[in-house]
Amino acid sequence: MNSYLRSQKRVVLRNCGQIDPNSIEEYISSGGYRALKRALLEMEPAAVVQTVKDSGLRGRGGAGFPTGLKWEFAAKAEGDPKFVICNADEGEPGTFKDRLILEGDPHCVIEGMVIAAYAVGASKGYLYIRGEYGQSYETITNALKQARSAGFLGNDIAGSGFGFDIVVRSGAGAYVCGEETALMESIEGKRGESRVKPPYPTDKGLWGYPTVINNVETLANIPPIIENGADWFRQIGTPTSPGTKVFTLTGDVMNRGLVEVPMGTTLRTLVFDVGGGIPRGRKFKMAQTGGSSGGCLPASLLDIPLDFDSLREVDSSLGSGALLIVDDSHCIVDVVKSFMHFFEHESCGKCTPCREGTYRLARLVEKIEDEEATLADLDVLSRLCRVMERSCLCGLGQAAPKPVLTTLKYFKEEYLVHLRDQAASKGA
Amino acid sequence: MNACSTAPTLSTETDKQIDRVIEEYKDEPSPLLEILNEVQHIFGYLSDDMLIAISEKLSIPTSQVYGVATFYSLLSTRPKGKHIIRVCESAPCHVMGSESVLRAVKDELGIDLGETTPDGLFTLESTSCLGICSVGPAMMVNDRVFGNLTREKVRLILRRYAKDKEASVS
Repeated sequence: MNSYLRSQKRVVLRNCGQIDPNSIEEYISSGGYRALKRALLEMEPAAVVQTVKDSGLRGRGGAGFPTGLKWEFAAKAEGDPKFVICNADEGEPGTFKDRLILEGDPHCVIEGMVIAAYAVGASKGYLYIRGEYGQSYETITNALKQARSAGFLGNDIAGSGFGFDIVVRSGAGAYVCGEETALMESIEGKRGESRVKPPYPTDKGLWGYPTVINNVETLANIPPIIENGADWFRQIGTPTSPGTKVFTLTGDVMNRGLVEVPMGTTLRTLVFDVGGGIPRGRKFKMAQTGGSSGGCLPASLLDIPLDFDSLREVDSSLGSGALLIVDDSHCIVDVVKSFMHFFEHESCGKCTPCREGTYRLARLVEKIEDEEATLADLDVLSRLCRVMERSCLCGLGQAAPKPVLTTLKYFKEEYLVHLRDQAASKGA
Repeated sequence: MNACSTAPTLSTETDKQIDRVIEEYKDEPSPLLEILNEVQHIFGYLSDDMLIAISEKLSIPTSQVYGVATFYSLLSTRPKGKHIIRVCESAPCHVMGSESVLRAVKDELGIDLGETTPDGLFTLESTSCLGICSVGPAMMVNDRVFGNLTREKVRLILRRYAKDKEASVS
């Protein structure tokens, strides 16, 4: 077995590429919907919540919030009806895990949603898919039809007396709708602008009712946890980040694509063993973890374990599991400029620190690239970042400064050589 | 838009089609985005008159309908070319050379971002991540995605679409 496969452990992707995603029979014969039956027929809702709590599963969309705790809040919240939403608005640049889970194993996401609904007492679910994912939409729509006629959705699921059904909603091109409250606004037929939190969705979510919103990968983890138990899950990964993580390797790396490894696998293993190293004889320069809103790490941090807490310690984030590898042929300022153009375009405009801040960040980085900036501009840049981190309404604006701050920390010399005085003296 | 001064002047057929879309979602609470997606799918874009008609039929203020229609990047209130090219400008594609792909498209078609060719065949846009980063740089033409792009490949793809001469702007 080569190193690409040897380091992987497939829990979430267990069926991807192994079964026909358009066949519920193949899913069932590989053990599918067994967890659903166990949960609905043999367990009390509170026991399901407890199992997920004990497993230590944390949200795979980026924030890493304990899933069991979220379910518990929603289960205890007062309100009727309650909703479960699957967040499939995968927009983080460099991330395509949710797309491949939905297209490779749609039934495991449906199964996860039904179990979540049973645990919190929800009667209706929404699966919100970004508008660009036409194939995912078709695959999941077909899978829902099959699940309905097989009795895994509807009024009396698997003879348990519990009723739940799922509606698919398509986005229309807005990164910010991946933020949970913006997504709910979008389902409610409004502009996708984030809400002020609290109240949190588990208290007042969709149309003001208690709502659990989980990422696709989070939900895909639920059936194996119910089936194999919390202790089994805790054997994988690290004590504070149990389980596996699906990563998407992109950029300057030999094996670009989707991989699943235990949490806590080092960046070096992912880039050089699983990823096969840097192509064309170039050298590793930086890796951005967690998508465009993640931190940029230098070669000196290659041995960092990839899990929620280790990455937070170096001002980065695990985020969605995107890993952008950049080799030494690229200028850091140019790469950062690309991130800043993205955020400038995607800011929803509701709160001023983000709307104006993302605009100013983009202009400042352009000024630096054009060799017109001074040391004072660098100071403004980092102060603006700090202000945005503290004052923006949602994760978009709070995280947008991350690539700037981490590159200022680890690659400051690349900024300095672009400064007006430096560039001038170099020219002379 | 002149929402206040003009009464909708939609053809009966268009009006009926919009009614059919709304009927399809009558059991869903607040299906505005679904309806806009669907109406655009039929007509290629959302005209002022269509937005006014939708707002009246759903009893939602026109300002709100217009606000939603202009918030999402896949919705358009202006007519577009027959083929819509969306070049991915996200960081993973940027690192793999999306700037030269974008330049190749601009050179081949003679238009800039946001513009439509005079014959109404192509509209050029940029897009955020298409989720096919393992084959970046990438672009989408209508609903099809193309990866591992080079200048040469871009030219070949565009010429294939250009042979399809049945241009329509609406």
